[in-house]
Amino acid sequence: MTPRLASALVNGLLIGLTAVTLFPLLWMLSVSFMPAGAASTLPPPLFPETPTLANYRELFVRAGMVRWLMNSLLLAAAVTLCSLAFNTMAGYAFAKLKFAGRERLFRTLIGALVIPGQVAMMPLFLLLKQMGLVNTYGGVIVPAMAGIFGIYLVRQYARTIPDELLEAARVDGAGEFRIFLSVVVPLLRPVLASLAVFTFLACWNDFMWPLIVLTDEDLQTLPVALASLSREHVQDNEMMMAGSVVTVLPVLVLFLALQKHYIQGLLLGSVKG
Amino acid sequence: MRLPAAAWAFVAPALLVVGVFFLLPVVAGLGLSLTDFDIYALAAFSNLRFVGFENYVRMLQTPLFWQALANTLYFVVVGVPLSIGASLGAALLLHSRLARFKPFFRTALFAPVVTTLVAVAVIWRYLFHTRYGVVNYALDQIGVDPVDWLGDPHWAMPTIILLAIWKNFGYNMVIFLASLQAIPEDLYEAARIDGASWFRQTVHITLPLLGPTLLMVGILTTAGYFQLFAEPYVMTQGGPLRSTVSVLYFMYEEGFKWWNFGAASAVAILLFGLIFAVTWLLIHLSKREVNP
Repeated sequence: MTPRLASALVNGLLIGLTAVTLFPLLWMLSVSFMPAGAASTLPPPLFPETPTLANYRELFVRAGMVRWLMNSLLLAAAVTLCSLAFNTMAGYAFAKLKFAGRERLFRTLIGALVIPGQVAMMPLFLLLKQMGLVNTYGGVIVPAMAGIFGIYLVRQYARTIPDELLEAARVDGAGEFRIFLSVVVPLLRPVLASLAVFTFLACWNDFMWPLIVLTDEDLQTLPVALASLSREHVQDNEMMMAGSVVTVLPVLVLFLALQKHYIQGLLLGSVKG
Repeated sequence: MRLPAAAWAFVAPALLVVGVFFLLPVVAGLGLSLTDFDIYALAAFSNLRFVGFENYVRMLQTPLFWQALANTLYFVVVGVPLSIGASLGAALLLHSRLARFKPFFRTALFAPVVTTLVAVAVIWRYLFHTRYGVVNYALDQIGVDPVDWLGDPHWAMPTIILLAIWKNFGYNMVIFLASLQAIPEDLYEAARIDGASWFRQTVHITLPLLGPTLLMVGILTTAGYFQLFAEPYVMTQGGPLRSTVSVLYFMYEEGFKWWNFGAASAVAILLFGLIFAVTWLLIHLSKREVNP
């Protein structure tokens, strides 16, 4: 094969693959601007003939999309902030502070990573019910305030902090918490950014647990509300595409803006250590 | 504050959350699976009885459980190799020295990973619509009769598998890409001097060196695919003819539709056991592969 032909082949395949990958998302966007019924014709229209915002208006004014958008934002932001604080403290301690039983404790946590969350779901529901947290924001936030994967991610990164730096601060008389805030956190900034994007996206996209614990329509997140909308409005393709745009666009934009951090976190988390 | 005390203060909040809201419920789940916890027990715990392994025995006699297991295994056995194959193919293309605009292609191919599964399932339902879907339209153009993708028990699971591949291949692609970049360039240099073709370089250098990554990706993807839930929930509601009921979908209905928490916990633990066994098998087989 000549180099020119090989190059055409590689790039042609890449273009084809990318087209197939992006097509569903681009078409979702296009159909969301079509008037009701326009997408249920043959041949399937690629572009809206008379673009309209009617579907979005319908969703936001009549269906209560604002509420669900706010719920999703609030829950994802709260979970991200809380778990970032708790996981960072714990991950740093597991990496740099010595205490009896540290390694055994950490190994236990890592071992527990293999347990799928569903095993805990039924008892967790009963526990939250006892605490009065079922059907409240707390039902989603409280169990997610810390996570083993987050602790692991921070620990991996924190191990690269030189001990001399911490010792020097201790000799200067700084307390452990002072050292954490003014020396450690600034050094951990890259992994904190990764963890923040990861957590936010995971929480935003989560479906099964919010479906179980938030049954009140006013408390539902976008994915849960979208799922029940799509069961009611089986024929309203245009409106459902608009709903999908509202659900997907925020995370897609966030990912594009913070892509570097997301990919770094993904790679850090997937390297065995 | 002395150091160990400070250390405990740092780990305490996270350990408390993980302990109370994850580890404790996991242990309780084991216990719950040995009881007849149902809607009456939900009203008053005094209605709870210890039943030993009755839930497990009954599950193994329930045809729908076996169907759910078979559907899930179908999804895993077909879906995982195809997903990993797609990831590897895309990674090899992106890694090629001939590829242009790499950052753009990488971002575009990764985009589905960060999208919301429910929204994507809604899109997929429209793309694969029997009458107005673009897929059937395209098939019609090349003379293939329309397929009732989500309404035909033979096609519903393949459609879900296609969705899973599209949604997930970017994730492993990025991991493969990082491993490919870690392979020393002089290995290929030497092979080229010996006149080895691209294909032979891939088979004899690239794939063997990707071995450990392949194993890790295989384990993680398999474990993830066993937890199929949102796709059938949104696209097919387990139908048609229960052909897309997955183990987790079955657990969800048993637990949160009928409130049989005892039986649902048994299903969850059976699923965990299955994932654990398959993981062990994969690790074991790959070890035998390396040192026969």
